[in-house]
Amino acid sequence: MTTSTNTTSANTTATRYLPPGLPAPVADADGLTAPYWDALRGERLLVQRCPRCHAWQWGPEWLCHRCHSLEIAYVEVAPAGVLYSWQRVWHPVHPALDQAGPYLIGLVELPDAGRVRMVGNILGDPLRPPRIGEPMRGVFEHAVDARQRPYTLLHWEPAAG
Amino acid sequence: MNAHDAPTLRGKTAVVGIGETEYFRHGKSPDAEFKLALRATLNACEDAGIDPRRIDGFSSYGNDRSDPSRMAAALGIRELRFSCMQWGGGGGGVSAAVGNAAAALATGMADCVVVMRALAQGQYQRYGRGQVEQTISGEYALTVPYGLISPAQRFAMKVRRFMHDHGIGQEALRAIALASYHHAQRNPRAVMFGKPLTEEKYDQSRWITEPFHLFDCCMENDGAAAMILVRAEEAADLPGMPVYLLAAAAGSDHRCAAWSHNAPGYASSSFPGVARNLYRMARVEPADFDFVQSYENFTGGVLMALIEHGLFSAEAANDFLKPENLIAPGGALPLNTSGGNLAECYMHGLELHLEAVRQLRGTSTAQIDNARLGLVIGGPMVTPVSSAIYGTGTAL
Repeated sequence: MTTSTNTTSANTTATRYLPPGLPAPVADADGLTAPYWDALRGERLLVQRCPRCHAWQWGPEWLCHRCHSLEIAYVEVAPAGVLYSWQRVWHPVHPALDQAGPYLIGLVELPDAGRVRMVGNILGDPLRPPRIGEPMRGVFEHAVDARQRPYTLLHWEPAAG
Repeated sequence: MNAHDAPTLRGKTAVVGIGETEYFRHGKSPDAEFKLALRATLNACEDAGIDPRRIDGFSSYGNDRSDPSRMAAALGIRELRFSCMQWGGGGGGVSAAVGNAAAALATGMADCVVVMRALAQGQYQRYGRGQVEQTISGEYALTVPYGLISPAQRFAMKVRRFMHDHGIGQEALRAIALASYHHAQRNPRAVMFGKPLTEEKYDQSRWITEPFHLFDCCMENDGAAAMILVRAEEAADLPGMPVYLLAAAAGSDHRCAAWSHNAPGYASSSFPGVARNLYRMARVEPADFDFVQSYENFTGGVLMALIEHGLFSAEAANDFLKPENLIAPGGALPLNTSGGNLAECYMHGLELHLEAVRQLRGTSTAQIDNARLGLVIGGPMVTPVSSAIYGTGTAL
């Protein structure tokens, strides 16, 4: 299902993990999440870090939760983490998913970015038992929405796989 | 200021009337949602022995659609003085709605408040089915494109992590479901009355999302429920037996709402701080309760909420969460004695408050002997969450 680029810790996939038809992510009208989504399209993962107190922050907010600096910034981090939790979804709750199950969702913690967590799908056999604590690496999935606008999702796969 | 001088709601207000409509399966109410709200309110007033025109305040939660001004006009209420919606948290707001009502009464902002909730989701949007949109932004953009959409999916990974951290087995969740269904078999109001659940039926039920089987998930229903509260000194003049509010607390812990599942205390029902504040106000200990009504959106939330209210430790969960411990009247901790959200009715948890009142009045269909103190936990794992403690006059 995945095609390794063999050049970085991250992979890319041309295959959609879930069928088309789910809502496509777009940046907020107020611009808060735009740097994140823009960078993902270029296969770069950004999270927030405060230039003043160096606190890591995810999800994004306009303010550093620790020192209240409004200069909170996005920084690039490696798409590498460990599995914090997971679920295997069987019951479809959206028409696009009626034939999609089961599928895996993982919550991945990034130890090199203040242990912030990211939600993504876990690629590969959905019936393989995920193991909390196992090393994971990111996989970029490029897609287009119903109006042919590109967007990119970040999935995960076991780093040892 | 010592604990006895601190501002408090303890014993200042009482529930004097409860009422509900018939409870229906999802989409089966013959009545409009607003008519259900009116009917439940009238029933609660009749139970209290008061003229509905005496109501001067409304308190609700979960973005209830039955607008208090329209309610007041429909009921011909003489003067509306208090209309309060608990902000956020869905069913996590249920006990907060009671607390807000009590706060209004205790401070003289109102004299007679109805706490109410009406749902006819067949006439509106269901919770357990995602909206169909082409694009999505904000917090949901970080989850929905990965197929993480519904409430069950939002909470499953909290429960998975908690079970992993403490070695808790699926049987603990099963016991919670079995207790609700057991009690519903004695409750003719219950939507699942006459539909018992067995261990085998639970084990063989389909997964919704692991670790939740079908029977770990609440129903969605049509109906309405209402409770009338007045100040304690005025409750004594009414015909029924007052049930006193000993405490209510709402909130959540540090950065509980951080997007993309980044709450620092992730594997949690969001209750540690709320439970601490609740017990301080009520001046009771977890061992004092005769029963607990604990909101089941999903059984895994009940598991964590009971532990975070100090009723047993995470390490004891596998041993304690056995059906025999959770069943009224003989169990060590009778749980959800009307059937709750799983098997009585998903009245967004307000049915749990009505059941607490029934237990303390001695009129439950699964009555505990001499019940005098009970805990009602609102919807877990959301933010804000809320809890309340009720007692008889002897518990004050």
